[in-house]
Parts: sequence; structure tokens; C-alpha cells
Amino acid sequence: MNDAAARLAPADYKSDVKPVWCPGCGDFGVVNALAKALAKLERRPEQVAVVSGIGCSSRIPAYLSSYGFHGVHGRALAAATGLKIARPDLTVIVTGGDGDGYSIGGNHFLHACRRNVDMTYIVMDNRVYGMTKGQPSPTTEPDWDSKLSPDGTGLREFQPMVIALASGANFIARAFTGDPNNLADVIVQAVRHPGFSFVEVLSPCITFRPEQKDWKKIVRGDALRPTSDVPRAARRMLRDTGFDLGVLYAGERAPYAPRRPRGRRAVADLEARFEI
Amino acid sequence: MTAGNMLLEAAARAGYYALMTRSSGPQIRGGEAAAMLRIACHPVECMEERFHILAAVDWEKVQRFNAEIPLLPDSLIVGDPDQGPPPEVFTAGGARQASLPLKKLAKAIPEGRANMVLLGYVAALLDLPEAAVVAAVEKTLGKRRTALAPSLAAVACGRGEATASGLHFPLAAPPPVTTPRWLITGNEAAGYGALKGGVRFAAAYPITPATELLEWLSPALAEVGGTLVQAEDELASINMVIGGSYGGVPALTATSGPGLALMVEALGLAVAAEVPLVVVDVMRVGPSTGIPTKSEQADLNIALHGLHGDAPHLVLVPNSVADCLRTTQWAVQLAESLQAPAIVLSDQFLGQARAVVDRPADQAGGAGRVVAEPASPGYRRYAVTPTGISPMAVPGTPGTAYTADGLEHGERGRPSSQAADHYAQLDKRKRKLDDWDYGEGWADVEGDLAAESAVITFGSCTGPVREGMARAAGDGLSARLVSLRLLSPLQPARLAAALAGVRRILVVEQNHTAQLYKYLRAECDLPGRLSSLHRAGALQFQPGEIHRHLVEWSQA
Repeated sequence: MNDAAARLAPADYKSDVKPVWCPGCGDFGVVNALAKALAKLERRPEQVAVVSGIGCSSRIPAYLSSYGFHGVHGRALAAATGLKIARPDLTVIVTGGDGDGYSIGGNHFLHACRRNVDMTYIVMDNRVYGMTKGQPSPTTEPDWDSKLSPDGTGLREFQPMVIALASGANFIARAFTGDPNNLADVIVQAVRHPGFSFVEVLSPCITFRPEQKDWKKIVRGDALRPTSDVPRAARRMLRDTGFDLGVLYAGERAPYAPRRPRGRRAVADLEARFEI
Repeated sequence: MTAGNMLLEAAARAGYYALMTRSSGPQIRGGEAAAMLRIACHPVECMEERFHILAAVDWEKVQRFNAEIPLLPDSLIVGDPDQGPPPEVFTAGGARQASLPLKKLAKAIPEGRANMVLLGYVAALLDLPEAAVVAAVEKTLGKRRTALAPSLAAVACGRGEATASGLHFPLAAPPPVTTPRWLITGNEAAGYGALKGGVRFAAAYPITPATELLEWLSPALAEVGGTLVQAEDELASINMVIGGSYGGVPALTATSGPGLALMVEALGLAVAAEVPLVVVDVMRVGPSTGIPTKSEQADLNIALHGLHGDAPHLVLVPNSVADCLRTTQWAVQLAESLQAPAIVLSDQFLGQARAVVDRPADQAGGAGRVVAEPASPGYRRYAVTPTGISPMAVPGTPGTAYTADGLEHGERGRPSSQAADHYAQLDKRKRKLDDWDYGEGWADVEGDLAAESAVITFGSCTGPVREGMARAAGDGLSARLVSLRLLSPLQPARLAAALAGVRRILVVEQNHTAQLYKYLRAECDLPGRLSSLHRAGALQFQPGEIHRHLVEWSQA
């Protein structure tokens, strides 16, 4: 922390790029909350890298004044993992949606939780593919009707919090874009918590899922209380409504670090092993 | 395999050049395996079309190696009579046979092993100095002192048997060794080249035959201050590499065809976002899972054309075990200088062959990545510059924050669907590769530079082509050889200069559909009559095969 950092306001963390999102999109709230959280964390914009894949919410890096990386669909966690391991000094935040993270990127989600690299993953879950104009995602209800899957998929919803817990994420929380102050606070906790922090954000898509306007009536703030006890967190998930907000789990697992300390040998020194 | 490695080490210590390749059955561990060695006074880059000695511990399931181990009437088959007669596939050509009761001899030595008896026997047939063999055994078993004495006793026993047999296949005495030599595999050379080029981050998913490169690199990277991370799949490994390189650390991954197929989407991202990186594709037989343990040059098309959209990138091909070092190092330098992905097409033969080579010459350093100055006012990451290269900011640097993007973008990196931005960025990305001066490394041009015939080849075909051409030259058939190292961007003007005055050209490659031949025809105006010699992989070209073809070609 330095004096200059302390003086930065949330507005300093936003770029002048106009978002492509529809009016009323929950994702606006995430940009605001991120800006607010970074100001509170007193990280300089250049010390932060925001990494994303593809989808509405994956557009976020361009809307912030930090370093950004907008990659390919589903691979944001992999790119962020490479960045953080190569550059441990940076604060790395990954943003994306439910399709990007739970469907095409599902395998990377499991292994990012397992690997426990010190970074924060914010998923804006609106239970729909918005950018491609309304197809069911892994978290969509089984009977939700769409052109691509008429009468619904018939498939059980993906359970991101349970899977994150089972896979080893070190910090797991759920927040709601309708309460941006709480969301900013959760992001601050997530960034500060060592290891892989996962924040599932209920972010309504009122264009393709207008019924999600009612989420603000269903969510239950402060319903989840942090524990470092995995079985306890797992039992709590058995009573989960999908709209219980708060920090579910804050674990104590050491973040990823290379098992071998980085040496300082000159490359040319390795030549001896080839000599006859 | 252990005995083969010791024989190779002994030959190296005795002053010979040598090459060893391996073949094995489908068992994960154990089972039948063959170590194939060629030992000579001159550098060897391929196997010959026959072996002088086939020495077997037993004959179980060895028929599978028949095509790889051709024998002639003057060859010698050494086998244990208690294991039964050699399979007819080996004896049909009339090779001589010698009986060596390996198991009985080994049993007479406490803790003695049959393969060590065989090592001593073969080394003695070749007249390899005993001290070199002992030193090779000591080096291999250095950490297992208890195994050393019985092994040396078994080697001595084999040596005695060879002497008593009266059989003799003496190697010519090697000329004195005046320059340093290395014993190295292509995979190790590529890994070392990556480090010399500056790579300090790697992400890896294991795949035959690239795994050894990654296994060599993992501890080596740690020693020089870098990191290798094992990824969950190749989609992750390539994206991790992109992330690490975006962070300012030169980065690499290695894979084989199936992995490269998974990586092409992300390679397009690296082109669009202008992120330097290197992918070493140690090619194996394809398509699909193919034959993981055999070599083929059939990934040329995917390496050149696999990316969707117009996506200019670098493709380089090493042409010998030692050249894996130079070419990989150069690939890292070019990728960094040009902010573009580079694919290095090694192959199973080059990667897994272990060879005695002259120490490769040190290469000049590359220009390196052009990095943006801190606090550049109005920083434009993708500025359209005359060279096409625009300074790349390193995250952490104040005043140059930008978003790298696979979406088409304007100069500042902001997403754009404007045609003008698309044209400008396409031109920029193509121009930086087209206008770069690649120097003399684009190909090895050798042979009779006044000859009217030329052979163009690449990669592991170069060894047998070079040797086949040398034999043809002995028949008075002189030709030029162009072994292409830089396949993309192709250098048509340099190629035209190298081929000036040529009346006919033969393109030699190891794949089923003449991928290189078609690429050259599409991209270059080649002089004279053009022919193709192409054959699918699994079996390498041999110099005799090339020699015969050159003779037929000259008469056509």
C-alpha cells in the first residue's frame, strides 16, 4: 500500500469503454462492485489482471482500467493460472458466466479448485447463454423452454458451490448483483483469502430470463455463514435453496506453490549433463 | 534397453559417433523391446538399410521388429540356444548365427544378468575398448554399487565368450576426438534450446513421444528459476502458456499431434492477441491416436493451416537430433521478437533418438520482445507500425494497462467489428512476419551448388536424404540439397536463389499425401520439373532407398 494507492476511487478502476450489455443486466453491478472492491483493497490498477473467456460477462476486462485478458471460450481459468504462476506478484481475478465456467470450461473449474492457485473466480450466473440469445446453460432449470431445447433440457442443474467444495476451492461464497455493497465486500474477502476463491454471483438476465427480476425477492442475505469445516459446509449445502447468500466456506489449505524452489543456475551450467 | 544405452555410451567414450533408436511392444512396462544402434567414425543421423549384428536375450514376440531390423547374409544373429532358434523372419535372408548360452552364463555369476553378458559379447565383437565399456557400465550403475561388480563380471564373461568364438566385426579405429561431443536426445536438445532461447514458464500435459521433453524440462526449468506446471489437458496447457507469456515470461509447451489438434483454437488467440509462445509438436503417426511410438511428418498441414481465420504464425522444423536445440532456441527468439506463436515440428525419430553429436555451435541471442515503456501516454498496444511490431506492455507496469483480446480490435485493443480495423490488424500481423529478416537459418543448403538437380526435404528425412545423396554422388549423380528449417513464413525468394539454374527438383517427405510438395507448389514458382517422393511413416527412410530413387529419377 502507498499513499497514491490510497487515494484511488472506484471510478479510477473503470475504463471509458461502453459495455455491450442490455439495460438492466446484472453484470453492471459486478463491474461497479469490482471497482469498489479494488479501491478498498488498494491495489493499483496495473497490479491487477482481470482474465476472462467468452460470453456477456466475459467482456468485463475491457470495462476496467486494470490489465485485462479476453481469451477463448471456457479457458479463462487456464490462462489465469499460467499468468499467476508466472507472475505471482499480480492480483489475478477471473470473470465469466455459467456457460463459460460450468459447461465448456467445466474441467478447468474442477482443476482450478484442486490446484488452489491464489486467485479469485467470479462467475456471473444468469442460468442462460445470453450472447447467443437464449439457450439453456448447465444451471438452467430442466423445464425451461427454448428454441434449441424445446420443452427444456430435462437435465438436473449443475451445482457449482457443491462442486467447488468437493474439488478443493479454498473460499466459496454466493452473492447477488442486487446488493452491490455486499458483493463488493465478498469480492474483497475473496481476493484477500489465500488460494482459489470462488464467488458465485446471481446476476439476472432480464432480456432472456425476465422472471429473474424476482430474484431480489427470493434471495436471503447472510443465510450462509463461513466455516472452515468441509463436512459442515457440505451439510449446509443440503439445505441450499440456490438463493442463500454469504460465505459458505473459508478454508485453510495452503495455496499452490511450485514444489521445488526456483534455483539460480545459469542455463549454460546445464550443458555438462550432455558432455561425454 | 539398458544394455543398448551402455553400448552407446561406450561407443561415445571410445571416440565414435553413434545413434540409438528404440522400439517396443505395446506393454506399458517390460515386454519385448529393441535398441537399435549404428556406430561410425562419422556423424550418423539415420539408420542404414541393414544391421550387422542382431543380438537377442530371448526371442519372445520379437517378430514385430522384423521390418525395423533388416539383415543381410553377412549379418550375424546372436541368440541363446536355450531360448530356441531365432524366428525365421530374421534367418530367411541367410544371416549367420552364433550360439551364446546367455542365461546359463549369467546364472553362473552371482547376481549376473544376461543382458550384461550380451553387452560384453557385442562390445568385444566390435573391438570396443574394454575401458570404455567398463566406464559406461560404471556411469549407468553409479548409484547402485551392489549391481556394479556382478555387471562387470557378466560383461567380462561376454567378452571372453566373444574372444573364444573367433567372430569379429571390428569397427574402424576412430580418428582422434578434437572437438567436444554430446550424448543427447532430440527431446533433450529441444528442451535445452528452449531454455537457451529464454523460456522460463512451461505448461504440460503428458503425451507420447513428447513426454521426455517435458520431463527433462521440469527440473531444468526449476534450476534456472522457471516453473513447469502440469495441466489438466492440452486445452489448459496452451492457455496457461498464453497466460504466462502475456505476463511477460517467455513460455512453451510440448505435445504431439492429438494435443496440437486440441491447441489450435488457442493458437489462433495467440495470433490475434499477439502473444509469443512456442509449441513443440513431436510428431507421431496419425491421424487420431495413430501409432504413438512411431514417427511421421504428417502434421505439416495442421501446423501450417490448422488455425481458422487468416492467422499468420511461425512453423519451424529441426533437421537433426542436434538441430532440435538450434531450431527450438530460434523458435523462441522469433516468437518473442515477432509476438507470434511458433510451432516446432520435431518428430518421434528426432525426439527419442539418442545420438553422439558434435557440440552444437552457440547461437546469437534474439532481438527479444519489444516492451512498452512505463507510463506511455495514449498507449496503443496494437499500434499499426511500419514493421507491424508494436510494443507489448508487461502487466504490473503503470500507465500501459490494456486488454489483450482475441476479438478483433483497434489499435488500443478495444473490441471492434469495423472492417477498417480488421484490415489494418490483419495487415499488421502478416507484415511483421513477412518483413522480418530471418537470415541464413531458413534452410540448410548444401551439396553440389552447380548441379542441375535438387532435392528439397525437411526434418528427420534430412539425414537419410543427405546420406543417400552422398552415395549417389559416388555414382556421379550430383545434386543440391535444400533442407527447409523455416516452413512458415516460407521464403520463396531465398528458395528461388538456392534453386537458380536447377532443371529438376525432387521433394522428399514422410507422409502419405505429399503435404510439403503440395505446399511448395502452392506457394512458390519452382524451376524445372518437379517430382515427389513421399511415404507414410512408422518406418524411417533409409539412405539406400533414397539412393535407389535418385538413380531411377536420374534415368526418368
